[in-house]
Parts: sequence; structure tokens; C-alpha cells
Amino acid sequence: MHPTEIIDRDSLRDDVPEFRPGDTVKVHVRVVEGARERVQVFQGAVIRRQGSGVSETFTVRKVSFGVGVERTFPVHSPAIAKLEVVTQGDVRRAKLYYLRGRSGRSAKIKERRTARS
Amino acid sequence: MTTKAIVGEKVGMTQVWDDQHRAIPVTVLRVRPVRVVQVKTPEKEGYSALQVTFGFRRRSSLTKPLEGHYAAAGVEPGRRLVELRLDDASAYSVGQELSAEIWSPGERVDAIAISKGKGFSGAMKRHHFKGQGGAHGNHKHHRAPGSIGACATPARVFKGTRMAGRLGARRVTALNLQIVSADPERELVLVKGAVPGPRGAMVVLRDSVKGRAATNGSAP
Repeated sequence: MHPTEIIDRDSLRDDVPEFRPGDTVKVHVRVVEGARERVQVFQGAVIRRQGSGVSETFTVRKVSFGVGVERTFPVHSPAIAKLEVVTQGDVRRAKLYYLRGRSGRSAKIKERRTARS
Repeated sequence: MTTKAIVGEKVGMTQVWDDQHRAIPVTVLRVRPVRVVQVKTPEKEGYSALQVTFGFRRRSSLTKPLEGHYAAAGVEPGRRLVELRLDDASAYSVGQELSAEIWSPGERVDAIAISKGKGFSGAMKRHHFKGQGGAHGNHKHHRAPGSIGACATPARVFKGTRMAGRLGARRVTALNLQIVSADPERELVLVKGAVPGPRGAMVVLRDSVKGRAATNGSAP
């Protein structure tokens, strides 16, 4: 047990779905504009998941208007209203940085067909 | 300046979320209730301070003088005795208990502890010297300090010249840190940022002597 676990427990979320690099996710992000708060959706492929415990983060990559956009979120961030796994990807690597240099058909991630064991 | 102080143990560092969903780096300190063993006053000892103890210790492990000291105060013997310097200690009394509840979020504090020992360290690590080049014919002097003085005049090295030597394991004060939360029930205090010393180190928290006046209540 990590010595700071007594504090970390309060910061952890218990509603994080199982997901891994290659999966396509919808991240519902809480955005505060002045006084009101709205939810923005960021959909893309998870290209990295790193760290552990409260400080674990993941990076989502999407191509928006021809420009690649990557956003890194803490897995347990309270700024995430909801995290949905759209599709499960079939990849052989933990870090999908090779997607950055690719576009079109070659940047496609194969879909995982069988249910995850 | 110093109106209150307490002693705790460094548990480690982690992060917590603030109300704007930002990650705040914090040091977790376990602040057990401390018992006042002696109140030092300018009239008697020449300065004001509190002598406190925390935790518990078998009576048989005490030396006779220590046992007498605790007995005179009527206080249960603790792990060790710590002195907390205060501007005015007259408000405290022997046997009184202090706990983490003396702090509230947003308050500014100083953290005093013995830093991690680094052993015999070179000038680059110890004094942040630049070292020397990695190439251009440099041979085996990449981390050397360079010149330490002139030649026949003065024909010696000046005292205090920064060189390699023992680094760390000395008393360090981290000034003007912010209290993120204080939980007397779980005996925990969260301080924003880093605090000197290894995990398990004894840390003295006192209210900030420099910096802005304590801003009570404002969320970190």
C-alpha cells in the first residue's frame, strides 16, 4: 500500500470504465465559461495511458478539420463528466505514437471483435 | 510572528483536486496530538517556547532524568521531545494537548525538517556549478568545478570557496507554504508543495514568519 493511499482514496473515481490504448472513447469534459458550466465531448482514439493511482493519465487523439489534436486527461479527473468507450481497438503496442505520422486508411485502428476476457 | 506551531511526520506526496478540477501537488503530514511538557518563558529560560512530545514510549526505555522531567510535568512520556519557538508561550499550559485543528485551509505556514542526506557530492550538485564541456578535447573533467583561485598571489585557496563536500541532512525551512486541508480526526494535514526531508521525517509546522498575512478561509 502506498503511504499516501489514505488521502488518494478520496481523489479516485470508481466509475472509470475499462479501456486501453487503441480504444475509441468519448470524453465528456466539463468546461466552465464564466459562471456557467457546460459539457464538451472530445472523441478520439486513446494513444497512451501512463502513470498509476491518482496521477494516471491518458491521451486522446482526434483529427479535427485536418489537424491532429491530442488532449491528455487525468483518468480520475473530476473535470470528466462521463467517459464512454465507443469501440475497442486491436493494437499490439501500448503507445500508439505511430498514428501521428499517418493519415487516412493507414491511421485506422482495427477493431477488436471478441469480448475482452 | 510565530504564534502557533506543531510537529508532524511526513507521509509522502500526492495530488488532490481543487474546486476548479485542477490537480494540486500536496505533501501529506501526519500530525498526531502533541502534549505540552514544558512552557519556556523569557523570565525563567530567557526565551519563549513550548516543549512538546508526541506518540508514546515505554517508561522502562527512559533515562532517569527524562523520567523525572515527564513526571514533574505529569505528562505521559512520548517518542521524543521537541521545542517549538513561539513569540509568546504564556497562553499555553503544561499538559495541554494540541492537534491538527489549529490549522485551517488557506493558512500560510513554514515547514522545518532535516533534509535528505546526499553524502559527499560534487560541485555541480552541491552548488549548481555548470561543469565543463562534454567534447572539444575535454578529458575526465566533465563535472569538475574548474579553477578554485589564482596562482602565487594569494598562493592559497580562500576560505569558503565552494567545493565538493557533504550535502543535505541539515535543517531546512520551506517558507510560505499553504495549508490545503487539516483533518484532526484522521490526524492529517495537507500542505501544498514539497516539504524537506524523507518520508517519515519529523516536520515542524509553524505559521509563516514571512510572506502574506495568513488568509483564513480562502480555498486553496
